[in-house]
Amino acid sequence: MTALQGCLLISALLFAIGFAGAVTRRHAILVLIGIELMLNAANLNFIAFWRFGPHPEVLAGFMFVLFSMALAGAEAAVGLALVIAIYRHKKTSNLDEVKELKG
Amino acid sequence: MFDKLDQIFVTALHWLVSFLPEAWRPLASSLICIAFILSVFPAVFSITTIFERKGIGRIQNRYGPNRVGIPFTKIRLAGFGQFIPDGVKMLTKEDIVPRAADKVVHFLAPVVMLIPVLLAYAVLPFGKNMTVTDYDAGLLFFFAVGGAVELSVFMAGWSSRNKYSLLGAMRAIAQMVSYEITLILSAVTVVMVVGSLNLNEIVAHQNQYTYGIAHWFVFTPWGLVGFILFFIASLAESNRTPFDLPEAESEIIAGYFTEYSGFKFALFFLGEYLGMFAIIGLGITLFLGGWSSPISFLAWIPSYVWFFTKLMAIVFIFIWIRATLPRLRMDQLMNFAWKFMLPLALMNILVVGIWHYMAADWQRWLVCSAIIFGAYVVLGRGLMHNQKLGKRIYRYAE
Amino acid sequence: MSAFFIITGIVTLLGAVFAMSLRNLVHCALAMAVAFSGIAAMYLQLDAQFVGFAEILVYVGAIAILIVFAILLTRSGEAPEKSVLTSGWMAGIAVSAMVFTMLGWAVLNSSAIPKETPPAPVTTVKDVGDALMTKFVLPLEIIGLVLTAAMIGAVIIALKEESKNKNIGRKP
Repeated sequence: MTALQGCLLISALLFAIGFAGAVTRRHAILVLIGIELMLNAANLNFIAFWRFGPHPEVLAGFMFVLFSMALAGAEAAVGLALVIAIYRHKKTSNLDEVKELKG
Repeated sequence: MFDKLDQIFVTALHWLVSFLPEAWRPLASSLICIAFILSVFPAVFSITTIFERKGIGRIQNRYGPNRVGIPFTKIRLAGFGQFIPDGVKMLTKEDIVPRAADKVVHFLAPVVMLIPVLLAYAVLPFGKNMTVTDYDAGLLFFFAVGGAVELSVFMAGWSSRNKYSLLGAMRAIAQMVSYEITLILSAVTVVMVVGSLNLNEIVAHQNQYTYGIAHWFVFTPWGLVGFILFFIASLAESNRTPFDLPEAESEIIAGYFTEYSGFKFALFFLGEYLGMFAIIGLGITLFLGGWSSPISFLAWIPSYVWFFTKLMAIVFIFIWIRATLPRLRMDQLMNFAWKFMLPLALMNILVVGIWHYMAADWQRWLVCSAIIFGAYVVLGRGLMHNQKLGKRIYRYAE
Repeated sequence: MSAFFIITGIVTLLGAVFAMSLRNLVHCALAMAVAFSGIAAMYLQLDAQFVGFAEILVYVGAIAILIVFAILLTRSGEAPEKSVLTSGWMAGIAVSAMVFTMLGWAVLNSSAIPKETPPAPVTTVKDVGDALMTKFVLPLEIIGLVLTAAMIGAVIIALKEESKNKNIGRKP
């Protein structure tokens, strides 16, 4: 197993763990944590291919990861603001209890 | 001869490492550098605590500690040995953990505070060729590990299950996050002029002399404003007065380290002061020329002597400010950060751009100083809208 | 695939597993911070220095703190009393296991993966800066706009609404 395959396997496992958490947990913030783990797994994938790929001096994977991190920050901020707003309105952060469009 | 004195630590390191086979040399070199940092900076911390207590005492018109010498001997040092009994006291105090506290997180919080702070020393240039690791993106590394300290503050505050601790932790994190932006933006001006994030290059840029005076960035208008902003932001990052609301005794007992006693408190105390030295070290590197001397005919003094002299001078100014200024309230603190310092830092960046593109003569000094002064006056007046500041009127009960 | 890399990978994965499975939310957030630091260590081993430091700065220094603040503001710091899993949790675990199996099989048996390891690229911050200002300047400007919009949007969404009963009791 080459180093690239090792990196890709770790990233795939991280993605699967993040996905499992995001889909099975009830709390809204834990879903966001799962999403952040999935984003990190994808970023690791990009960096692994940048490092072991044919043209690292083009910096394509590197740049993608930088922008992806900035976007992940923005998305976490907006997502958490939404969670706080929903908590203020419905006094709960369980996703099972926020199932009506009314209110 | 003075060059040899200047490089004495580097040659000593090479000589020590040359005893080992080739493969072990990088590891041994790193370990010796780590031992150097771990022995020098806690010693500076001990000296600083003594000077702080005696200095604040003198400013408050009293003596500080003035009796302790070296214990178990007859040597009397007029209070300068105070750090030895202080250290022994903190090590031998009972380590109380609240029953409802979250044990693992409570235990790990001081460790998580100390590790990033010690990591930050790895990129500071203490003298010529005396950086532990010379990263290409050294400044970014420093700010990255500075951001990890906030997590430990939260861990300490939350795991104690104490309302005061949690409140202190929230205040401390809000304050650190707000002032971190000003810190980074004022450091960005230096990066713009030098063109590199490497701290050794930043010092090398300031190591040139014109008419005998060095090219320190603090001698330029944008550098002076940047240094003052960096200084105030580093006061806030280290939770020192006037920004010490999160840990002030008369406000919130001790804030996020209320429930810590004994060695864990000693670790927090050490971590706070080491963080202060690290950030002052960075300020010296960025604005005050690092290890270079201000006047070209004093350049024979070894570089590390200059670095530590500047460090102790700024620590003295920190102590002076602590004894003099009153504390800022939380909303005053946040207003100051977001409405005054952040716009001023952004204007500073604009001024650096103008400085870079104008020709190098007296006009750019005038234009840049005028823009900064104008921004300062406008922001200062604009934020004072409803307050009337005049002579204070005292009213006494009749 | 040095031993250090495998240890870092195991630490990251353990952090991720704990982040998703602990009952106490603050412990989950701290485990997530450990996972992020593990990933930053992996970036540093893959010679992506700038990205590694940026990861610590952005994720551990900002996003972890944001999540912790949100946990405290929604009073989720105490342990929950009911079950922490949704009703369809078994299907979720099954799907995620299938996803990992598929990805793992593709990684191990793919012919697109090069067999030899190329030498480490030397990327200085200057190269990153040059690329950002010449080739990637459009994404840079767009990211600036996106971050501004996200910041303003987050503040507006989380702003306390003015209560309708604000004027009761106010003297005319």
